[in-house]
Amino acid sequence: MSLWEYANPKKFMETSGRILPWASGLAAVALCVGLVWGFFFTPDDYRQGSTVKIIYIHVPSAMMAINIWVMMLVTSLIWLVRRHHVSALAAKAAAPIGLTMTLIALATGALWGQPMWGTWWAWDPRLTSFLILCLFYLGYMALWQAIDNPDTAADLTAVLCLVGSVFALLSRYAVNFWSQGLHQGASLSLDKKENVSDVFYFPLLVSIAGFVALFVALMLLRTRTEIRGRRLRALMARQRGA
Amino acid sequence: MTALFWRDLRLALRAGGGFGLGLAFFFIVAVLVPLGVGPEPTTLARIAPGICWVAALLASLLSLDRLFALDQEDGSLDLLATAPLPLESVATAKTAAHWVTTGLPLTLASPVVAMLLNLPAAGYPWLVAALFLGTPALSAIGTFGAALTVGLKRGGLLLSLLVLPLYIPTLIFGAEVVRRGAVGMTATPPLILLAGITAGAIGLLPFASAAALRMNLR
Repeated sequence: MSLWEYANPKKFMETSGRILPWASGLAAVALCVGLVWGFFFTPDDYRQGSTVKIIYIHVPSAMMAINIWVMMLVTSLIWLVRRHHVSALAAKAAAPIGLTMTLIALATGALWGQPMWGTWWAWDPRLTSFLILCLFYLGYMALWQAIDNPDTAADLTAVLCLVGSVFALLSRYAVNFWSQGLHQGASLSLDKKENVSDVFYFPLLVSIAGFVALFVALMLLRTRTEIRGRRLRALMARQRGA
Repeated sequence: MTALFWRDLRLALRAGGGFGLGLAFFFIVAVLVPLGVGPEPTTLARIAPGICWVAALLASLLSLDRLFALDQEDGSLDLLATAPLPLESVATAKTAAHWVTTGLPLTLASPVVAMLLNLPAAGYPWLVAALFLGTPALSAIGTFGAALTVGLKRGGLLLSLLVLPLYIPTLIFGAEVVRRGAVGMTATPPLILLAGITAGAIGLLPFASAAALRMNLR
């Protein structure tokens, strides 16, 4: 029993079919609990008022936006090294979700920034690197769209993902060099010193769990759709041949 | 490899390739910007580093889609792939030829553009140095983008969508060098970082380009 058994599409379909309802349910429960708890049962911040509550959407979506790219990097590597189709399809399935998370983070940030910083947008390093991340997602998805042969498309997007990761990381530190920040530091970190207060911390954790579960559910669903699409195309090709 | 380099160079020079085109584009962008933002010398001096670099990015983007596409159409790319020369060397030769036909002329012409944009005199050497060190990275990244999109019918637009985000670090450090140089601050740290990006891009990206070419030709 090794992890690579799940690279078999049939095995993957069975397992993901069993996980999917649980992941969706967990996402629904955790998001409801986290957001309702966060929105209605936490006090307002003494300086930011009720706008502080956007943190329950902004922080999880921003975390997911970055982590989804990392997941795509890992699955692209697995595709390049071991040539498991499920892996390539998972990367393809994850990209639009990542783009959506990036846009949610940017939009919620703008909504919060307008009353707090007095501006929708500032060329702050964090904001700028998110905009750049958004461009990388767009390019990645456009390349998938443009190539007809699915294996070539998987190969080329995987290479683009590897090279893009290096340049995305470079851009991240380049913009730090280029402009001073307006954005506050990390809201969450493992050393407790700079965390947000506990009142906000626990609903935020629940909400993050909800976003992770939501991503897992959407990603499995989209990968399953891709696999079914492949099967359909194979069947049609066989029928045309017969 | 040298032969391939000279062949590409001759093709670009004689067959009406992108040689003069990129340079002319560089000039036109630099002329249009003052017409757009107004002739105030102080404003122009402040935005000159950025304009020079953005114009250089766009100019080097212009001739990228022909880099492999012409060779693919007439079949010489297949010959190159089966030749004893590894594709990594082919990619390097292509990058070098692209740089000599776009990056180098841009670097040499940049003082004229800087003059049009009223860049302070202290910035001139930094601008030339930054473009000289930075444009090879643009060519290497562009070769990678061209290798990714070589098989596509309308790869040009996609190519710019893929390549421009990859240009960002080069642009930031390159413009930062000129900006600091123009106001008399020390500009060596960004210049060293820029040179580092170029060294990394020249050294590593040909492998990625060759991998992409192999995938496209399979």
